[in-house]
Amino acid sequence: MSTKLRALLKSPFVFHLATSPCNNCDIEILDALTPRYDLERFGIQLVGSIRHADVLLVTGVPNHKNAKILKELYDQASKPCLVVAIGTCACGRGMFKNSYNSPGTIDSIIPVNAYIPGCPPKPEAIIMGVVKLIKSIEDTLKKK
Amino acid sequence: MSTLFSYIFFPGFVFTALLGIIASGIDRKVTARIQWRQGPPLLQPLYDFIKLLGKETLVPAGASRLTFLITPVFGLAAVSIVSTILWGALINPKESFVGDFIVVLYLLAIPSLSIIIGGFASRNRIASLGASREMKFILSYELPFIMVLLIPVIQTGNIRLGDIVTAQMSSGLSVGTVSGFIALLAGILCIQAKLGLVPFDASEAEQEIVAGPFIEYSGTPLAIFKLTKWMMLVTLPLFLVVMYMPSSNPVHIAIRYIIILVLTILIRNTNPRLRIDQVMRFFWTKVAFVSLIAVILALLKL
Repeated sequence: MSTKLRALLKSPFVFHLATSPCNNCDIEILDALTPRYDLERFGIQLVGSIRHADVLLVTGVPNHKNAKILKELYDQASKPCLVVAIGTCACGRGMFKNSYNSPGTIDSIIPVNAYIPGCPPKPEAIIMGVVKLIKSIEDTLKKK
Repeated sequence: MSTLFSYIFFPGFVFTALLGIIASGIDRKVTARIQWRQGPPLLQPLYDFIKLLGKETLVPAGASRLTFLITPVFGLAAVSIVSTILWGALINPKESFVGDFIVVLYLLAIPSLSIIIGGFASRNRIASLGASREMKFILSYELPFIMVLLIPVIQTGNIRLGDIVTAQMSSGLSVGTVSGFIALLAGILCIQAKLGLVPFDASEAEQEIVAGPFIEYSGTPLAIFKLTKWMMLVTLPLFLVVMYMPSSNPVHIAIRYIIILVLTILIRNTNPRLRIDQVMRFFWTKVAFVSLIAVILALLKL
C-alpha cells in the first residue's frame, strides 16, 4: 500500500468534477493548470476519464441530482484515489448551509483528504493545499 | 536461448521499453519548452508507469472481460517483435530472414487493432466512437504508408531488411535521392498518424471524446497501452531510419532517430487537431498523391 501511495505522489493525475458550483473555483483550478504555474513539473496532469484519475478535485455544493453522480464517480475511480474539496462551498456548504436543495456536504457523501477554503481560492492557495496534502501523506508513510 | 534473450531483453522488449520511456520524456520536455514551461522530469513516464501498475484494475459491467484485459498484451507483444527485427537489421544485417519487411508491416498494424478491439470490448459508447475513428485512421494512412515504404525496396530490389540496409550502406542512402527524400517526408506524416499524435489524434481526443478507446481502462492494462505507445515512439522512427538512412555507427543512428523524433514533436506542437473527414481527405488525396509520385520517380531511378 505504501509503495503505491509513494508512486502516486510522483505522478498524480487529476480529475475535475463540478457539483453545481458558481464556476469561480473551476476557473481557478483551470488557472492553476495553465503553463504559468506549470504543474506538470510535479507530474500533475488533467485527465478526462475518472478511471485514469488519482486525485478527484470537487467544487461546489452537491444538490439532490448530482450527489448521486458524485458517489457513483467516486465508486468508479480506481483506488487509491484522493479527494480534494476546493472552495468554501465544497468545504462546508458556506451560505447554502440551510438550502432546501442541498442534501449534505461533500464529506458526508465521500471521504475527503484535503480542504482548500476560499471564495474562490487563488491558484497559489490550491497549489499550497495540494503540497500540504502530499506532505501529510509522506509524513504518515514515514511513521509506518 | 539467445533468440529468447534477444526478444525479451536486448534488443527487444526491455531495451526498447527503456528507450521508449526516455523518448516519451524527451517528448514531454520539448513540448514544455515550446510552451515556455519547465516541464516534468525526464523519467516522468517511468513514474506514471509504476504508479499505474499499483492502481486497481477495473472491468466495466457488461464488458467482455477476457477480450478487454488481453488486447493490450497483444499490442505490446507485436511492438516488441517489430523492435527486435528492426534492431537486428541494423546490428547484424546478415541474420535477417526473407520477407521480414512484410512481417514488420503487418505487425505494426496490430497495436492499432488491439486499441480498436479493446475499445469495442469495453462497452462504452465513447470508446466505440474512438475505436471506429481509429479504424478510419488505419484505412486512411495504411495505403500511403505502404507506398512510401516501397521506395527503398524498389531502389535496392530487395525485400529483406538486412539486404536493404547493406545495399544502402554500400551504394548511397535512399534519402539522398529525390524520390527517397519525398518519401521520407510523407512517411513522417504517416507515422504521426500511426502514433496518434496531434494533428492526427481524433481517435483519442482528450477534449471531445475523453481519451476515446482508453476511457474505461485503468491500472495495469492502461499502463501496458501507454508502454506500447512509448515503444511505438521508438519503433516507428527507427523503421524510417532503417528504410531510408541506415548506418553501422550507433551515434549516427541516434542522431538520425532524434531528428525524426523532434520533427514529429514539432509537428505535434504547432498544429491543431483535424476532424476525421479532413484526415481521410488529407491522406487519400495529398499524401497518397505525393507518395505515388515518389514511387514513379523511384521506378525512373531518380
